[in-house]
Amino acid sequence: MKNMNDPKQLLVSAIESGTVIDHIPAITLFKVIKILGLDRIRNQITFGTNLDSKTDGKKAIIKIAGKFFEDDDINRIALVAPNAKLNIIKDYQVIEKRVVAVPDTITAIAKCMNPKCITNFEKVTTRFRVVSKKPVALKCHYCEKITDQERLEII
Amino acid sequence: MKTRSLVSIDDLNTEEITKILKLAAEFEKNPVQDILNGKVVATLFFEPSTRTRLSFESAVSKLGGKVIGFTDASSTSVSKGETLNDTIRTVNNYADMIVMRHPIEGSARYASEIATVPVINAGDGANQHPTQTLLDLYSILKTQGSLDQLNICMVGDLKYGRTVHSLLMAMSRWRTSFNFVAPDELKMPDEYKLYLDNLGLEYHETADLASVIDNADIIYMTRVQRERFSDPMEYEKVKNAYVLYDHMLSGTKSGMRILHPLPRVNEINPDVDANDKAYYFEQALNGVYTRQAIICTLLGLK
Repeated sequence: MKNMNDPKQLLVSAIESGTVIDHIPAITLFKVIKILGLDRIRNQITFGTNLDSKTDGKKAIIKIAGKFFEDDDINRIALVAPNAKLNIIKDYQVIEKRVVAVPDTITAIAKCMNPKCITNFEKVTTRFRVVSKKPVALKCHYCEKITDQERLEII
Repeated sequence: MKTRSLVSIDDLNTEEITKILKLAAEFEKNPVQDILNGKVVATLFFEPSTRTRLSFESAVSKLGGKVIGFTDASSTSVSKGETLNDTIRTVNNYADMIVMRHPIEGSARYASEIATVPVINAGDGANQHPTQTLLDLYSILKTQGSLDQLNICMVGDLKYGRTVHSLLMAMSRWRTSFNFVAPDELKMPDEYKLYLDNLGLEYHETADLASVIDNADIIYMTRVQRERFSDPMEYEKVKNAYVLYDHMLSGTKSGMRILHPLPRVNEINPDVDANDKAYYFEQALNGVYTRQAIICTLLGLK
């Protein structure tokens, strides 16, 4: 165990088993929580935000006890946390590391930026084809307009 | 079997487009038939469009089908606040096919996912109007004998013009070269030029109509609308630069034809109408045959 009195250590306890999501941009932490539905599950969750990161400026980290994600689920956060890294923990040990990848289609996460799109008028689940992964550009399945990274809004 | 709808020109592959155009030629020879006997086509025009609606209704009527529908949403349950979802679900019970025009973009795609009968998009806001594109292709094929290796000169509002964008995308399936003639404020958007670049297709941009029309196989005219200009002075400066007069056509190819999606305002001077190269009214007639071909293809009747 690490020395919890060391002022440089995070005051977030290690988890016995579950998933640690690291390298989330601090600014999108709550979007990640929402996309993964972490605000609606009963697992123990700890998170830290505005942590200093050598590579990302201010970052956030989430630890979810007893929870493991399918690739399809976790890739949904790639839109807002493209550099996120997952550590899969069992018996306090990292047994697997994963990165996220922007999927080819995005369903029910993003809002179409076109104010005249049907998805902004009626209860229609948004669907996009990813036409560019870096920077992200999404083509609306309905109005066929492009929503780019700058105008990307998470529902 | 999943029904086929036509929402976007990209829903069709080149082979399917060719097949529809061939079928349109058959209908042109024999436009009055009994193929749609007993069929009901609903034309739902949430915003008015006289030309498109009449063309569809003519196409259906000549084939023995019946048309139901409305021409203006203000006289329907939509004005009471009914959702598109509910309107489509209801009309779906009454018709074998739905033709719809709606001001909201993506509405036709959405309707095609709700309906169990085929949906034809007759225009969804600034997005798609695939039957216009197909009738343009039919008009080009009919006047030029082929869709390959043509020079298409597009004139007017190339920035907002839905018809020119769809036609560009469709013609880029063949070895087409383009001339874009537009005022600075209404130039062809970069995304379409990039699309042509990627395909290795040639295009030139100019603001001088006279300099390029002699090369054209097709001149595709569109309306330059005053409301598109942020500065009314700019409009006044350019409005006459994109008007076609009969005397300008003397050096053009003999087989060249002038198309226009109509309605025309002043961008083609009436003195052009008597020239054999004027083709826009025939083009509108071709719309009936093309729509007959589309309807029968989607209903699996041809």
